[in-house]
Amino acid sequence: MGATQTHSEYQYENMVGKTGFSTEQIKNLHMRFQQLCGNEKTLRKEHLENIPTLADNPIKTEIIKAFFDKRNQHNNELGSYEEIGFEEFLMVMSHFRPPSIKTSAEEKAAMRKRKVRFLFNMHDTDGDGKITLEEYRKIVEGLLSESESIGQEVARAIADAAMLEVASTNVPNMGPDDFYEGITLEHFEQILKDLEMESRMYVRFLDMNTANLRCGK
Amino acid sequence: KDNTILAYPEDVPSNLPVFTMDYPRIQIPFEITLWMLLASFAKIGFHVYHKITIWVPESCLLISIGLIVGAIMHSVLEEPPAVLSSNVFFLYMLPPIVLDSGYFMPTRLFFENVGTVMWFAVVGTLWNSIGIGVSLFAICHIEAFGVQDINLQENLLFAAIISAVDPVAVLSVFEDISVNEQLYIVVFGECLFSDAVTVVLYSMFTFVAEMEVVEPEDVFLGVARFLVVGLGGMGFGVLFGFVAAFTTRFTSKVREIEPLLIFMFSYLAYLVAELFAISSIMAIVCCALTMKYYVEENVSQRSSTTIRHVVKMLGSISETLIFFFLGVVTITTEHEWNWGYILFTLLFTFLWRGLGVLVLTLIINPFRTIPFNMKDQFGLAYGGLRGAISFALAFTLPDSIGRKQLFITATIAVILFTVFLQGISIRPLIELINVRRTNRDVETINVEIHSRLMEHTMAGIEDLCGQWSHFYWKDKFMKFNNRILRRILIRDSRAESSIVALYKKLELQNAMEILDTVSGDISAAPSLKESTNPKKTFMAEDLKNMHDLLSKNMYKIRQRTVAFTSKHALPNDDQPREILIRRHANIRRSLRHGSFQSTIPRSQKYFSLPTGQNLGSKYPSVRRRYAGKLLKLNLQTQF
Repeated sequence: MGATQTHSEYQYENMVGKTGFSTEQIKNLHMRFQQLCGNEKTLRKEHLENIPTLADNPIKTEIIKAFFDKRNQHNNELGSYEEIGFEEFLMVMSHFRPPSIKTSAEEKAAMRKRKVRFLFNMHDTDGDGKITLEEYRKIVEGLLSESESIGQEVARAIADAAMLEVASTNVPNMGPDDFYEGITLEHFEQILKDLEMESRMYVRFLDMNTANLRCGK
Repeated sequence: KDNTILAYPEDVPSNLPVFTMDYPRIQIPFEITLWMLLASFAKIGFHVYHKITIWVPESCLLISIGLIVGAIMHSVLEEPPAVLSSNVFFLYMLPPIVLDSGYFMPTRLFFENVGTVMWFAVVGTLWNSIGIGVSLFAICHIEAFGVQDINLQENLLFAAIISAVDPVAVLSVFEDISVNEQLYIVVFGECLFSDAVTVVLYSMFTFVAEMEVVEPEDVFLGVARFLVVGLGGMGFGVLFGFVAAFTTRFTSKVREIEPLLIFMFSYLAYLVAELFAISSIMAIVCCALTMKYYVEENVSQRSSTTIRHVVKMLGSISETLIFFFLGVVTITTEHEWNWGYILFTLLFTFLWRGLGVLVLTLIINPFRTIPFNMKDQFGLAYGGLRGAISFALAFTLPDSIGRKQLFITATIAVILFTVFLQGISIRPLIELINVRRTNRDVETINVEIHSRLMEHTMAGIEDLCGQWSHFYWKDKFMKFNNRILRRILIRDSRAESSIVALYKKLELQNAMEILDTVSGDISAAPSLKESTNPKKTFMAEDLKNMHDLLSKNMYKIRQRTVAFTSKHALPNDDQPREILIRRHANIRRSLRHGSFQSTIPRSQKYFSLPTGQNLGSKYPSVRRRYAGKLLKLNLQTQF
């Protein structure tokens, strides 16, 4: 117990620097990670798919995929993992850290960039750096799938209109027969510049031990 | 007219009187109507010169007019009509004001900030009342002021009255300069709920003021009563809201009475709460909040508009009348002026408000994601104007309070001071210190889609972490809402996504722009002309399809209540109506002319598709090579 204790403490400090979480938060997330893994050391997709509350989420597949996406590790690699360890898990979670009163303006801008990047990666499933119409359509169909009455054509029309919007804001001088290939990261940032992500896209990570307070998984 | 019975019988008039007058019979309704008309003329008059309303808030203007009228009445030695009694105020004038605020409260924003709002409203008002009350009691002991006969209970009562914040003027300034949403909703919500708290404190302290001795157990009872009153009010409100929503499910054949139902149920909620002496303001506000969402889907578009118009109208009238009355009463009643007491009241009002905001923000900031900075706090503290409610409460104090006149005078002084001084100066000050503003032009489909995407992602991550906070509860509630509540309460309960609603609205906007640029030169005449030109017959078909699509969708769009509404104006409703007018005008014009111009509307240019594919259009792609390139891709939106 003693050896592993110091080993994990050392690792924690490393992660505090990389991800910005506090040691308490990392400990809690580690406990959760181990709970999700069951008896194994690494996390696989099946573990996440077994979470019952996640089953109702319309974009469940995309969220799960995001954990295994190499791009979210900020290593400039492409592709996806088969299974991830705790460090990778934590890296993905760090995208959702809320800003505190002490965060400076540059840090906030950096955090915002990472969140935008995360959303971009969720859309861009083939990793070519552009969101094409097909990819966009998939996400919109997923989002609207929970309202049963809305058919597929409506979802497609909405996705098409959204692409049109991006095109018209970013490339205002297109000729009538030009072909807009897809949304790049800059265009994506441009259309979302009015969305207050720092204040809305975050999860409040608890500092205290919630294992006894939770009821159910 | 004399009703004395004469000792001697008079000559009975033998003819039928041609012209008689009977004033006393109509006196009361007549005078009420005249007052209302006078106030309305005043309102019309203000907006004639636009610049006035920017710099001087409407409440100031109303009070000024009231002062003028009061001066006139005083000089002819008339008494103002003694209509403002306690019952009239609480049963007839207050409900419309509160219903107005409650109905137009931006719900999403409110629930996101509900903790902060309640914190400031409840704790803030308590802090103010107790602080001001105790400090005033302290200075009452100073002999020079001659107010030693006011005991602690009466001081607390007075303090409760002037703690009611009424930042009507401030809200319209905030809305004009698009101040950041969090500050706006806290000021808005605080106004509403501090009224509720004040009324509760008022009734509690009036009761206590008549008691000789206050035992410690009475304090505990007071706290318990407070909770019962607040939560009971909420419960009643929600109950009536659900009943109202349920009733509107069945009114599809009797559209005319739909608005009536809404008002009756809200009013009933208010009255039943008054019956049990629980917070009627909470009841009516919660009723309006619960009701609004379901009712607006059940009732027809016209009823929805009617409801909103009438709610605004009643609220506006009530508030106007009270301010007006304030002006009149200021001149015509006998005041009891006491320099010491009144100046200290003013001082303590500012002091405790400032302190209160500082301390409360300090405590609540760590719990907020977007903490309030010093500028926000300044706006919050400076925006604590007093208004109609304080005046009415002071005016209707029971006569058993010995120093009632002094209290009325002091209240009027505070109201006039805050409304005139702070109301006029807040605009330049807020602009000067550059309070953080909100960008409100975010109505694009992409932003909406990504907002929803973010929310679902957050809910998913929360589930993954096993750490649940507000996204989880919001998600759970939305599911419960969709599965159970909507099925019961809404007639046509297909869950509609906000993305689809926004999309429909934007498409309509687009269609409107197209009609603008095309300038109505759509020719439908060719069908009469036997033209062999295939392009022209195509036009008529396009026109027909456009007709169908627009008419089908125009009446389906529900104008969601916009997030920001001003206290004195209705939210901007012009769009759907506008498109109707323009379309008819265009079609009419087109039937007269035969030509058309070849303008390329700007929205036509962008193709985001692989070549060869069109946006699921019903029209063959040959259209694109068309000279005029009318009736764009955007129009063939299929729903």
